[in-house]
Amino acid sequence: MSPERATASTEPALSVSGLECRRGERLVFSNLDIDLEAGEVLQISGPNGSGKTTLLRAIAGLTPPTAGEVRWCGRRIDEGRVEFLRDLAYLGHADGVKAELTVWEDLEVAEALRGGGLTVADALDRLGLTELADTLGRYLSAGQRRRLALCRILTSGARLWLLDEPFAALDEATITTVGRLLEQQAERGGLAIVTSHHPLPIDHARVVRLAA
Amino acid sequence: MVHLASPREFYAFSLRWSRRIGAVTALLMLVGLYLGLFVAPPDYQQGDSYRIMFVHVPSAWMSLCVYSILAGAGAVALIWRVKVAEVVAAASAPIGAALTALALATGSIWGKPMWGTFWVWDARLTSELVLLFLYLGYMALDAAIEDRRTASRAAAILALVGVVDLPIIHYSVEWWNTLHQGPTVTKLGAPSIHPSMLAPLLIMGLAFTGYYLALMLVRARCELLTRERGSAWVQEIAAADGAPHP
Amino acid sequence: MSRQSGLWRACLGLIRRDLLCVSRHRAEAANPLLFFAMVATIFPIALGPDPKALAAIGPGAIWASALLSTLLSLEGMFRPDLEDGSIEQLLLCPHPLPVLVLAKVCAHWLATGLPLLLLAPLLALQFGLTMESTTTLLLSLALGTPALSLLGAVGVALTVGLRGAGLLLALLLLPLYVPILIFATGAGGAVQRGLAPSAHLNMLTALLVLALTLAPIAAAAALRVRG
Repeated sequence: MSPERATASTEPALSVSGLECRRGERLVFSNLDIDLEAGEVLQISGPNGSGKTTLLRAIAGLTPPTAGEVRWCGRRIDEGRVEFLRDLAYLGHADGVKAELTVWEDLEVAEALRGGGLTVADALDRLGLTELADTLGRYLSAGQRRRLALCRILTSGARLWLLDEPFAALDEATITTVGRLLEQQAERGGLAIVTSHHPLPIDHARVVRLAA
Repeated sequence: MVHLASPREFYAFSLRWSRRIGAVTALLMLVGLYLGLFVAPPDYQQGDSYRIMFVHVPSAWMSLCVYSILAGAGAVALIWRVKVAEVVAAASAPIGAALTALALATGSIWGKPMWGTFWVWDARLTSELVLLFLYLGYMALDAAIEDRRTASRAAAILALVGVVDLPIIHYSVEWWNTLHQGPTVTKLGAPSIHPSMLAPLLIMGLAFTGYYLALMLVRARCELLTRERGSAWVQEIAAADGAPHP
Repeated sequence: MSRQSGLWRACLGLIRRDLLCVSRHRAEAANPLLFFAMVATIFPIALGPDPKALAAIGPGAIWASALLSTLLSLEGMFRPDLEDGSIEQLLLCPHPLPVLVLAKVCAHWLATGLPLLLLAPLLALQFGLTMESTTTLLLSLALGTPALSLLGAVGVALTVGLRGAGLLLALLLLPLYVPILIFATGAGGAVQRGLAPSAHLNMLTALLVLALTLAPIAAAAALRVRG
């Protein structure tokens, strides 16, 4: 057994060290260090083009960094990838909502791909989509699609949430709801990293600013 | 070999060796062509027209060889993310494609006096044709993706799939050929070979290998400079050469 | 064993989703099938209506049409997912990606390969093929079209979202499709000469098995690279 496995803890913790990412030729950010413990919420802010999405994708393992590493519970995310993915829920820029499926069907598939959190009905209820359960994706507004994507986060039951601009296209009431969901995630001992221009509607969020 | 994985080391290596290999290749080509065209005796069946095999056979060999190198470099690039491997693969593909086209052209020309037509669906020629499409597909995929590193990795996957499929294609085409064609024997392979013909053939084989290596090193070097133009060592070289600053 | 049932549930969920999406776009889904029938009709028009000649080229022409139709429909495997962003769900799913890819290929074949198989007997009639020829044709299509979908998945995963992806896909896949085409039509040719097609069909099965084991891995790797 490698020494890394022996010391890997089950205590959720994210550690990013010396991370560097490039997009094509351009250096997006370098030498980035982040340590996140259970119950913490981190906001990544910065102007457009500063690399917030790239950072989130690098932490999720979607984009390989050019230098540095990301560790989850002590293990590098490229080893033991399946365990890391089980603990991860990712909300990207695009909503990932299928135009041809109803809200219920879409969330059902998401729950089948990765479940373990709330049930489909409960998740829809939390984000106020229960009346729209039989509406096809193509008839949803931008805000409703974003809410459906957030439902997916709730059904996943993941300990680490990576949310890229979750508040985009949301109204005030929903923003407050999402804030409460983030707080509940923190209370449960989970972690969340949120990219956003605006300050998060919760207390005690750390902020990391990326320069342009 | 491992120290060549450093782009800077590879650059220096290719500068030194491409010239040396090029010189040896030129010599081998001259000797091989002289022996093949003037010294080797005419074939008892084909007369003098068989002499094109001294170009056809080595280019066919190399076309297969280069594809294997493509797949090998691709595997190294995928698994260990070595930039030099990416560059070697990108540089080799057009050379391999050109050699395949040369093999097809010379095969056709060789075939004319024998079959009476320029093209016959001979198993080996058909396999070479499919190989040409494999090369072209590789180059097209590499060109279609903007980010160079992603392009190299995607093309590497394609090359690996292709290299696994290559023997399957070869044998299936051979099967197809024996089924559909009559019992015409094609002497493209020159099985019974006299030593006086074998020597120039082997020399030309070496010459073509040297040609590929020298050319690949030059192309790889240029590709490396392009990809790494932002890095410090390239800026140093550009400054030393008196090039204007970007 | 909840991990296994989780994987099974995920795969069934994927297949169900893709089939639901196809069924709600029925007009679009019928296009490859219509293309198949159209191309197969072009051969007699181009080559003349002589029944003996048509019976001879029948299996080959139908197979060529099936291949072209499959190429046309392959993009649908991953392009919609890339466009609406649901490809991230696939890449971040805590199950082995090759197995998930296999589920998508399954759904694709059910939506495109199976209809081809069902329409083929009608086209066989157009070419005046004998009962034996038709049976062999159907067998070769049943074995060959899944292999086309599997190899196709690798091609689509490599080219998804690129400009000119359709033609690029054809250029990449045609050399890889050559063995499948050779053995599938070889079976038809053997039957027409009164020989047993078993050797060709066995080779075709071997190719299918090879594709089943290797293609999902290659396609998964390609998705991660492009992704």
